[in-house]
Amino acid sequence: MRRIWVAAILLALLAGFWPGGGAGAQQKSALTFWSWREEDRAFYEGMIHKFEAQNPGVTIDFQTFKPTDYATALSAAMQSGKGPDILQVRAYGALQPFARPEFLVPLSDKVPELKTFSPQWLEGASSRTDGKVYGVPFAVQTLVIFYNKKLLDRAGVQPPHTWDQFLAALKTLKDHGITPLANGGKEGWTLEVALGVLGPNFYGGSTFYDAVTHGQTTFKNTAFTQSLARFAEIRPYMPQGYMGVAYTDMQQLFINEQAAMYIGGIWELGYFQSQNSSLQIGIMPGPVARANDTPWVSSYDDGNYGVNAKTPYMDAAIKFIRFTATRDWGQAFTDQLKQISAVPGIQVHDPTLRQAVGYMRHSTPYIMLVGLPVAEPNRQRSHPKRPPGFVRRLVDAGPGRRGCDQGTLDVVCPVPGTVSVHPSIGGDRGGRRPAPASSSVTCWR
Amino acid sequence: MTGRGSPTRPRLSYHAVQGLWVGAFLAPALVLFTVFLAYPIVGAMAYSLYHWDGLVRGGFAGLANFQRLLTAYPYQERMLNAFWHNVVVFALTMIIQNGMGLVFAVLLAGRTWGARAYRAIFFMPVVLSLVVVGFLWELFLNPIWGVVNKLLVLAGLGALARPWLGDPHTALLSLILVNAWRWVGFPTIVFLAGIQAIPDEYLEAARLDGAGPAAMFRKVVFPLLAPQVNIIVILTFIGAFNWFELPYVMQGVTGEPFHSTDVLGLLFYRSAFGAVDTGNPDVGLGSAIAVVMFVLILVTSGLGAVYLRRREVEG
Repeated sequence: MRRIWVAAILLALLAGFWPGGGAGAQQKSALTFWSWREEDRAFYEGMIHKFEAQNPGVTIDFQTFKPTDYATALSAAMQSGKGPDILQVRAYGALQPFARPEFLVPLSDKVPELKTFSPQWLEGASSRTDGKVYGVPFAVQTLVIFYNKKLLDRAGVQPPHTWDQFLAALKTLKDHGITPLANGGKEGWTLEVALGVLGPNFYGGSTFYDAVTHGQTTFKNTAFTQSLARFAEIRPYMPQGYMGVAYTDMQQLFINEQAAMYIGGIWELGYFQSQNSSLQIGIMPGPVARANDTPWVSSYDDGNYGVNAKTPYMDAAIKFIRFTATRDWGQAFTDQLKQISAVPGIQVHDPTLRQAVGYMRHSTPYIMLVGLPVAEPNRQRSHPKRPPGFVRRLVDAGPGRRGCDQGTLDVVCPVPGTVSVHPSIGGDRGGRRPAPASSSVTCWR
Repeated sequence: MTGRGSPTRPRLSYHAVQGLWVGAFLAPALVLFTVFLAYPIVGAMAYSLYHWDGLVRGGFAGLANFQRLLTAYPYQERMLNAFWHNVVVFALTMIIQNGMGLVFAVLLAGRTWGARAYRAIFFMPVVLSLVVVGFLWELFLNPIWGVVNKLLVLAGLGALARPWLGDPHTALLSLILVNAWRWVGFPTIVFLAGIQAIPDEYLEAARLDGAGPAAMFRKVVFPLLAPQVNIIVILTFIGAFNWFELPYVMQGVTGEPFHSTDVLGLLFYRSAFGAVDTGNPDVGLGSAIAVVMFVLILVTSGLGAVYLRRREVEG
């Protein structure tokens, strides 16, 4: 009796190990797909299901990590050659450590669909070293001002178009006992995003961006310093103790209708709507200087899908990555996740999201992310489009402070509300910290 | 021991057998120590001697990473800034947390009413998860909803209300106080045990000699607490220079605002692994920071231990 059991178990084990056991001659490809978007699992598993149905023999396992742990986990896995077959990678500077042929497959010739993508988004998927495209951009973000329609109505305020109207609206809201802005600065990056909304209309959008990235001007340009001065004018309308107000506090203030406006990114839309269904949300671009200006909106590629160069299932992985570049994928992405897909020609049904897409007809690269690239700290390699020397030399790409190389400026958004600008010492390659604030633009205290 | 050994088999000497047993019992711990401690430490030291391009190891760099860390902007500035904050954390933790611990221990050792209950209460935060403590105090110190500013306003001290964690003048001090709140029970218990171990005869003799409570503390209790003080000083030093979790939980990996709560642990973490989604990893630099921290802590706590030990013997 016992022998029969042992034989049965052995047989079962053997069957499990037998290659292609039972299912016929077809080779099974079991791929893994890494992501930091657990909240989007339903969408991804649905799309994977679709793909699997059309490609028998291929299975894809969607695995997620905490966003803050993702880079570390991926670094470790890629270094040891055990990375996933398909993966999400971040854009621009944070893509660079992975954007090399040892780690990711260059996709330009493998994914013909990429030719239809806007070069603006492909820049976020490209290596700054060899200029090749290493990913399919999945989402596009744009920076706007959200406002609470009910609160604006209560104060009798119209959504402002010009800067003067904007300041007047903020003042009226404050006079009605409403906190005008939800924005805080505990994490410096939220201030950078706010500057990304309010700055371009004053520094001149893409004109300035192109000039500064081609080395024709610097951040000392008065157009830019003026935009910082303008930015400082919103300070009285931020919440009490705003420098201690963190990102999640900002979100709660707006969701709970305790603040009338929220300067941020369009990615918040789905979250705001899901957290408070009675919230009536409107959006607008950053206010313009003169009434007949067209507002600039800062936009950028949010992240990309890539293929591991060491995957044993190259054909299946490429097939899947091509699927992510199709209109089917992009449409489902936009419909289900309320995010703007980077795939061209997508129909946007959500009216607010459609408005944001409309603003993007006059978009400019988000200068804090795209324009001030995170340099490889020890390599001094520059972006092909940037002049040599325009390289960030900070240990940390941390928010709150962005530095550029000599001849440009240190833009410092340090502290309880200081936005100050001071020049680096030109030509000092040894790179000492410049004497502070000789041309301090604005200091908020 | 176990019956008679067969006469044909050569017997191992008693020492050899004992050695084998010791070896067998030590082996698991030794293997774990080597694989998970010694090897990574040596590995990190080796990493600091190479050039790194993102995740890929380049050629041998000699001391270039250290040179960069200690002389080149902005690394040097970050390093000094973080190091100075570690020093401040150590000094203030010694004064505030361990000072309070000593005061509590003396009070609890006396016939204070409810001493046992207080002992448990003071120790309670020590068993709380650090992430919980960080989150809790972030809520307390929030400028909009936080109970700290609300209490200040209620007490008529509204002018003192500020964004504690967002203001670089108060952020580090706030973290040190939160840390002290969490840990104060530990020195309290250690000191209390020390005080209770002091033989009553000594105190009685001092009392008969006419010493008041202050003189008794100064001349009898404190000198006899030397071993406890020493261990607390060394643990505080190591804790202060390895400080990472609380600033990471409360102020993020860059030590917001504007690096005013940056410490060596955070600097190491974001240099080696890259800031959350903007920074690129620089393993060489990160390893160099780790080596500097390691040497600093090892040498200082080693010298400190020898010095304090000597004092202890004299006392």
